[in-house]
Amino acid sequence: MVNSQNIVARSATTLPAPHVRDDVVEVAKLIDVSRCIGCKACQVACMEWNDLRDDVGECHGVYDNPMDLSAESWTVMRFNEVDVDAVHDNAEGDKELAWLIRKDGCMHCAEPGCLEACPAPGAIVKYANGIVDFDSNNCIGCGYCITGCPFDIPRISEKDSKSYKCTLCSDRVAVGLEPACVKACPTNCIEFGSKKDMLARAEKRVNDLQQRGYAHPGVYDPQGVGGTHVMYVLSHADQPGLYSGLPKDPRISPMVSAWKGVTKPIMSAILGITAFAGFFHFITKGPKEEPTDEEVFGDDEDHNSGDRDDGQDDGRHQHSHEEDRS
Amino acid sequence: MTNHWVDIRNANLILSMGGNSAEAHPVGFRWVTEAIEHNNAELITIDPRYTRTGAVAQDKAFIRTGTDITFLGGLISYLIETNQIQREYVVNYTDASLLVREDFGFEDGLFTGYDPERRAYTDKSSWMYQVGDDGYALRDTSLTNPRCVYQMMRAHYSRYTPELVSSVSGVPVGDIQRIWRKIAATSVPDRTMTILYALGWTQHSIGSQIIRTAAMVQLLLGNMGMPGGGVNALRGHSNIQGLTDLGLLSQLLPGYMSLANASEQDYRPYIDKRAKQPLLPDEVSYWKNYEKFHVSLMKAWFGDAASEANNWCYNWLPKLERPLYDVLDTFERMSKGEINGYFCQGFNPLASFPNRAKVTAALSKLKYLVIMDPLNTETREFWHNVGEYNDVDSSQIQTEVISLPTCCFAEDDGSIVNSARWLQWHWVAAPPPGEARPDTQIMADLFLRVRRLYEQEGGVFPDPIVNLTWDYKQPAKPSAEELAKEYNGRALVDLTDDQGNVTRRAGEQLASFSELTADGRTEAGCWIFTGCYSEEGNLMARRDNSDPYGIGQSLGWAWAWPANRRILYNRASADTEGNPWGANKALVWWSSEQGRWIGADIPDFPAQSPPSAGLGPFIMQPTGGGNFFGGQSMVDGPFPEHYEPFESPVGQNLLHPNNPLARNNPAARIFAGDREALGSWEEFPHAATTYRLTEHFHFWTKHAKLNAIVQPEQFVEIGTALADEIGVSKGDRVRVSSRRGSIYAVAVVTRRLRPLRIGDRDVHHVGIPLHWGFTGVAKKGYLVNALTPFVGDANTQTPEYKSFIVKVEKA
Repeated sequence: MVNSQNIVARSATTLPAPHVRDDVVEVAKLIDVSRCIGCKACQVACMEWNDLRDDVGECHGVYDNPMDLSAESWTVMRFNEVDVDAVHDNAEGDKELAWLIRKDGCMHCAEPGCLEACPAPGAIVKYANGIVDFDSNNCIGCGYCITGCPFDIPRISEKDSKSYKCTLCSDRVAVGLEPACVKACPTNCIEFGSKKDMLARAEKRVNDLQQRGYAHPGVYDPQGVGGTHVMYVLSHADQPGLYSGLPKDPRISPMVSAWKGVTKPIMSAILGITAFAGFFHFITKGPKEEPTDEEVFGDDEDHNSGDRDDGQDDGRHQHSHEEDRS
Repeated sequence: MTNHWVDIRNANLILSMGGNSAEAHPVGFRWVTEAIEHNNAELITIDPRYTRTGAVAQDKAFIRTGTDITFLGGLISYLIETNQIQREYVVNYTDASLLVREDFGFEDGLFTGYDPERRAYTDKSSWMYQVGDDGYALRDTSLTNPRCVYQMMRAHYSRYTPELVSSVSGVPVGDIQRIWRKIAATSVPDRTMTILYALGWTQHSIGSQIIRTAAMVQLLLGNMGMPGGGVNALRGHSNIQGLTDLGLLSQLLPGYMSLANASEQDYRPYIDKRAKQPLLPDEVSYWKNYEKFHVSLMKAWFGDAASEANNWCYNWLPKLERPLYDVLDTFERMSKGEINGYFCQGFNPLASFPNRAKVTAALSKLKYLVIMDPLNTETREFWHNVGEYNDVDSSQIQTEVISLPTCCFAEDDGSIVNSARWLQWHWVAAPPPGEARPDTQIMADLFLRVRRLYEQEGGVFPDPIVNLTWDYKQPAKPSAEELAKEYNGRALVDLTDDQGNVTRRAGEQLASFSELTADGRTEAGCWIFTGCYSEEGNLMARRDNSDPYGIGQSLGWAWAWPANRRILYNRASADTEGNPWGANKALVWWSSEQGRWIGADIPDFPAQSPPSAGLGPFIMQPTGGGNFFGGQSMVDGPFPEHYEPFESPVGQNLLHPNNPLARNNPAARIFAGDREALGSWEEFPHAATTYRLTEHFHFWTKHAKLNAIVQPEQFVEIGTALADEIGVSKGDRVRVSSRRGSIYAVAVVTRRLRPLRIGDRDVHHVGIPLHWGFTGVAKKGYLVNALTPFVGDANTQTPEYKSFIVKVEKA
């Protein structure tokens, strides 16, 4: 966990945030879609750094794989074959085929809808550098973050019923490293730095695209969510929808505002926060069940050897804990 | 590569053709994006498909597979007829002005000297320049003599009009002319185009000639030897460049020296034929030193046993009874039961060689098969019935398979030669698992056992085995450093200069191949590597990335052959006066103050030869110039000509519609049974091409879960038009069949593949990625070489994986 003094916003919390680190520089990741070759090195780097392994799936008739974000795939490349205005005097006329490849993942909004919507205290936090992070220990798996997200990013794990998304490698950034995807990108189409520097870079790239004849290049930093800490350079910024339905003017869902404005205070008044969280967990996931040994400890050798009726469960737990610590 | 990866950033125009550089070389591709961003360069890609390279290219065209010579040949004609050539360069640095023999000719698709019975050019005597009484070639620097190379070339390609190119290749005339215009703009002295190609050019029956055509274009434009220029092969495997450098091809010795053929039983004619003498006065013609390289190699191999008296053990070297003992030839003989045992080191032939059914049958006839590989391979399991993916009758296969597990690259010390000819040292990062050992230790162990048997029991011809130098400190474990020092070479006695001063003490490592001698005083295991491990130490281990001239020339990073030169023929980057062609293209230049060539690279030229001496920059060529006219160097003609792939979706060669001999490459070898296994376009109407994807490396990474996750299952790519025709939607399964076999795969239906108009019909392409098989953690798939034809390039025998025909139907 990053030092708590870096946290400037915390879900479902009324206490004021610490401000001793107000001078922290806001960071941003800039993804220049016009230079992306869709190699998926970023996907692989993400899985490697974060120790995630999605299932080996199947081909669905497209280059995309995995097909969608999941609890184990925090970023995926989305491939789009679309018609765009021709830049060159192409024989086909004024439209030409473009293969637009967009790296999808959390945008790290300045005004994060997920955090706004989250009812679990401290499950979603925003750091002074702009990164929006999930503290999974506090997550109750209600899925409100999904409702709150204008980009449809968080995914609930079927394994542990908790919500997951890109952390912008907050653990790496905290010690001065770039996110793993940035490190792996072979064409430098993903860059990382202060938001100010990245905006300047983006402007330069947009100018270059303009000079190469694109009519509407631009930087995607939507103000409806206060700007984002993941930004795109788009060759066709007037039509962000071409890039796998990137929203033109994303805003936090009115449902979230309603929830925040009316329902939440009332509910909070009725229920203590803790009871409320338990309630939500109950209605979304059912009554809490004691986990089995396998769920807690996996399929270790003790169990394989095992007579399960020997009354040694507690001892075995103890034994395993000691092994973990040794 | 004539140039190097970093140098791509100096290009003004990047032509990615005969390869999908972003897909197959994503890391090196960063220099393409550098050129686009920082040098305002434009990237053009020409491919049958809209590829990942196309996704970031500024311009693109779609071409029928196997027709690149038409596009480039037409470009040659366009450059000449519109006078968009670098004329000073062409006149002074190429063979354009040399006269070709009067009896040389080209008629209806065939050059002079063709024997239809033997399907070969048996008489290449006319494929020569005219030579005067003094032994030097005749020339006409006005380039007007109709027999001069320039005019001969002009006439040859005058047939390649935009309309003809379009009708053969399927590229619309408008696209052709637009791209030709852009390329022609680099004929000015201060703009360069780099050409990036890969197996999309080599894996054709006319592969070598496609690459020659590209080189001719670059010579006309004056882009060879220039920063941001050149013809650059992006090699397909780590260290495949090192493999060719060290001569691991059946007809080669290390350093691109060649084995003798069976008619060359005598030493002196063998040397004289290869020690090329200058064809113009005073030219360097560096191969004239061939004997120095050869004798030094023999001394490295056989030590004191090699002496002048026994012609440096010439009789111990094998003599070739056929031009090549390539893999196609080997599996042809194996399929006839002529081979008992086969060592398969870092190779997966069942997956990698064409006509998988033939390969399975051939392997089944072996007594034993040895697999040296770090991973399980399909070849190792060829006898294993894996249902539809390997449907063999194991009970009928008696071949004994022996596995000798080897290290992965990170488990071993050594050097790897990259595409840019850099020898980069690497260090062991982890111990190998289980019983795995470095390849060198396995080979050493095997050699010592064989030698012991010869010593104890004698044999028919023990000499080269029992006399092979093997002076490693641990004979069973030669170290990478010892092997590196050996291929660098050393002095065997004190070396002296003309005045008798000692220049090199006995036992010292050599610093340059210029120190090699033909009298047995030096040894070097691979002359082009001499200098990589000198008395200064292991220069391959250097990691100084300073770039003093700011053009990406880091001479202190590792070591490049030859002589640490990073851009070949770099003297051509300066004009005849020795000044850079453009201030932004300065690479090496003549310094009259210092009396030598200086600059950002090691001059690929005699360092103290002034421009006034007029030597040509292409020092390996007897003419000193780049060759438009290939002379006798190729088996299939001095000028590249378009021939259809052996399996073509077009019934005839539109350039020679009335000559069936000139439909396909008339000099390409094809075995009788394999010709019968070719299909016809009426039955198999779709043009097919195989290739790799970014997510995988060949047949290895299907063993790695991360790669399997991002591209889990076999697919083929077809265009929406073809999909509509056969009633297939994306994600459906399709059957792809050729005359030789069939596979099933998921259909990726895409607008990125479009029908090309050839003659009076539309030709559909089918893209077939090759990575899947029946081992590993990805979903099991079919070996795509079930489909491919057993025929290769006429010169190299590289199989024609990139152009064949299939039929796609809904499964």
